[in-house]
Amino acid sequence: MFVELGHFALIMALAVALLQATVPLWGAHARHPQAMALAGPAANLQLVLVVIAYAALTWSFLVSDFSVKLVYDHSHSAMPFIYKLAGVWGNHEGSMLLWVFILALLGACVANFGGNLPTSLRARVLGVQSLIAFCFLAFLLFTSNPFIRLDPAPFEGRELNPLLQDPGLAFHPPFLYLGYVGFSIAFSFGAAALLEGRVDPAWARWVRPWTLLAWSALTLGIAMGSWWAYYELGWGGFWFWDPSENASLMPWLAGTALLHSAIVVEKRDTLKAWTILLAIAAFSTSLIGTFIIRSGLLTSVHSFANDPGRGVLLLMIWALLTGAAMALFALRAPAMRPGGAFQTVSRETALVLNNILLCVTLFVVMLGTFWPALVEVATGELVSVGPPYFNTVATPFFAALVLLMAVGTLMPWKRADLPVVLGRLKWAAVATLIAGALALWLRDGGPLLAPFAMMLGAWAVFGALADLFGRIKLFRAPPIQSWNRAVNLPRAMWGGTLAHAGLGVAIMGIVGVSLQTQEHVEVLQPGETIDIGRGAIVRLDGSREERIANYEALIADLTLVENGRETPLRPEERLYPVAGTQTTESATIRRGFSDVYAAIGGVRGENGLVIRVWRHPLVYLIWGGAIIMFVGGMVSLSDRRYRVGAPQRQKSRKRAAPDPAPAE
Amino acid sequence: MIRRVALSVLAASALFGAGLSGPAFAVQPEERLDDPVLEARAREISRELRCVVCAGEVIDESNADIARDLRLLVRERLVAGDTDQEVRDYVVERYGEYVLMRPPFSPRNILLWAGPFALLLLGGGLAVYFIQRQRGEGSAAAAPLTAEEEAELARIMAENAAATRG
Repeated sequence: MFVELGHFALIMALAVALLQATVPLWGAHARHPQAMALAGPAANLQLVLVVIAYAALTWSFLVSDFSVKLVYDHSHSAMPFIYKLAGVWGNHEGSMLLWVFILALLGACVANFGGNLPTSLRARVLGVQSLIAFCFLAFLLFTSNPFIRLDPAPFEGRELNPLLQDPGLAFHPPFLYLGYVGFSIAFSFGAAALLEGRVDPAWARWVRPWTLLAWSALTLGIAMGSWWAYYELGWGGFWFWDPSENASLMPWLAGTALLHSAIVVEKRDTLKAWTILLAIAAFSTSLIGTFIIRSGLLTSVHSFANDPGRGVLLLMIWALLTGAAMALFALRAPAMRPGGAFQTVSRETALVLNNILLCVTLFVVMLGTFWPALVEVATGELVSVGPPYFNTVATPFFAALVLLMAVGTLMPWKRADLPVVLGRLKWAAVATLIAGALALWLRDGGPLLAPFAMMLGAWAVFGALADLFGRIKLFRAPPIQSWNRAVNLPRAMWGGTLAHAGLGVAIMGIVGVSLQTQEHVEVLQPGETIDIGRGAIVRLDGSREERIANYEALIADLTLVENGRETPLRPEERLYPVAGTQTTESATIRRGFSDVYAAIGGVRGENGLVIRVWRHPLVYLIWGGAIIMFVGGMVSLSDRRYRVGAPQRQKSRKRAAPDPAPAE
Repeated sequence: MIRRVALSVLAASALFGAGLSGPAFAVQPEERLDDPVLEARAREISRELRCVVCAGEVIDESNADIARDLRLLVRERLVAGDTDQEVRDYVVERYGEYVLMRPPFSPRNILLWAGPFALLLLGGGLAVYFIQRQRGEGSAAAAPLTAEEEAELARIMAENAAATRG
């Protein structure tokens, strides 16, 4: 009953989406107020209908209704509650429904919080947004219907893929999808601006919070995926350059570029056409990602059931949306005149450089990801493009980006004086050198490159701090005045500082793990030990087999002994009999920002085990940095320029005269 | 029970191409060479050779039988005195270019390796052109307001004036 209701609601949502994608767009074109006014209620109705469908599917997962094929294929009555709940998006159909849900949710948010948008722009944004929703609702209903029934209903389900039975499943996909789908709003705003035929600072101000939201969510989603892979895949890698990881990195890079170029449109009314192009690109690359993960064109560690038929349809949706937007762009962009002029050495130029480097990095990721497919189509030969390529080619561009980042943030708009800017960075440079010396002194194995690479991260952190300290006049004004300046600094400024510093922190973590990881592998009999350096050993006390919930586990009882202090470590190997798969559960002990990471590497004889132990220096800085970036995004999102609008609130702000320094 | 299953899963995963990333058995202690220098070179090479039946794993991390065979082969060649490049060529000869995670600098791969740098030059050139041009133009006159915007502006001004009076 609920299931049919959900199914019906989804079909109705498709009809509403079609209506919303046509009438308001026509209304905006024909200047018909009633037709334009339809967009808001339609967006809300669409959301209600999709929520009903989503709730119906969730309900059938929670009560283990195996008459629904999707539940039968991906759930089991013995699974813990959280995996039944998260199991909804642990499969192709359900995750597409989550996609559509976020699409409708964001559309309704624009409808309800976009009251200050000009009527025609609002109608057009919602129309385009609904066009996207229509495509995906149709895709969902015609190729990936989650509500298909089984008759007779089986008694028990086939269980969720054990690799997905992890708390990571509950958090990683929703944030990732919020990121992917969030860029659809930027896309809709971009297409709407092209239809309107004008882009101005106000447009940039409206589109920025949505981009910030999507970017922050994507940052966190990617970081969670990385953390999940780190502890689940059994050897402590945090990034694999796998096609589906690249699929999430591409919109992140495009979105980061968009975030920065939109600042230029907002503050200086220039780079307009380029910014529109990036708004299109951010969502377009999100769609490519969806295509990669679901088409099976590119083999990947964590793709869903691959179906070339679905892949072709997704490619068509991608081509339709991107093609239409690009055609519109070609027609309308040449008419966009740049506004504020600027000198060669200026903040504007720094942001153009930022965009170029980000786009080249995006190109590297895209080229490397699709190269094997291109070569296969052209020559029929199979080739690989793996991590060594990406690391070699992408790193120089990204390093250049980070190197210039600190300089760029200190540059004023219009015209900058390079010696002055560099002069303001001298303490940051000294601090970076000290950090480098420290990294060299603490170095424990690893190449000599590591301390230098570490300095890059430190430079980003100290550069961001130099900017902040300069703005609040720390040490140059009485502390109380600095404090007041800090309190009155625009939140967007704080957000930018946090995001830049967070990136620096993440870089230090990446460098630590990539260049200084130590590995120890031994066959251990009970009582034997591995020396892992720095006065620490790992001892195998024994091993046992246990039957827990829906799996059997082989558990190794290890003890980490550091200067007489003993800490247990219990890596597991799990066998899920229903699904017939085996997973590795590593055990980690955190020491500062670093990890001692242990995994079972195999069975030797009656009691012997292959034990692998790694030291991952600074690994937590990777995700810590990402969290700082996310917080930065949220702080920036709370900036008052997105909250104002009500005139009565303006008065109280008068006394807090903001610093004339540029905010971002 | 699971000990026996562990071994059978190992065999099965080798048969069916490991599918999703399974347990990480990867390089085993028994496979290691006694000479630490040679072993380090073997690891370095193994990290850039693809396990041909796995989903994007390198032989150093993979638990498939064929990956193990390749790991042993790499070590055998190194012990026989091959240079790193000779070992890679030897493996490519048998398994094709597909095993190389780092695509070689060959004419076919010129776009792959040089493309990003060419794009950087192109982007840089375009940026220089754009920046010079807009500098020359100076600040273009602001676009005139539309009738709607004029009305909106008048309304806001009136509202503000009213607010100031009140």
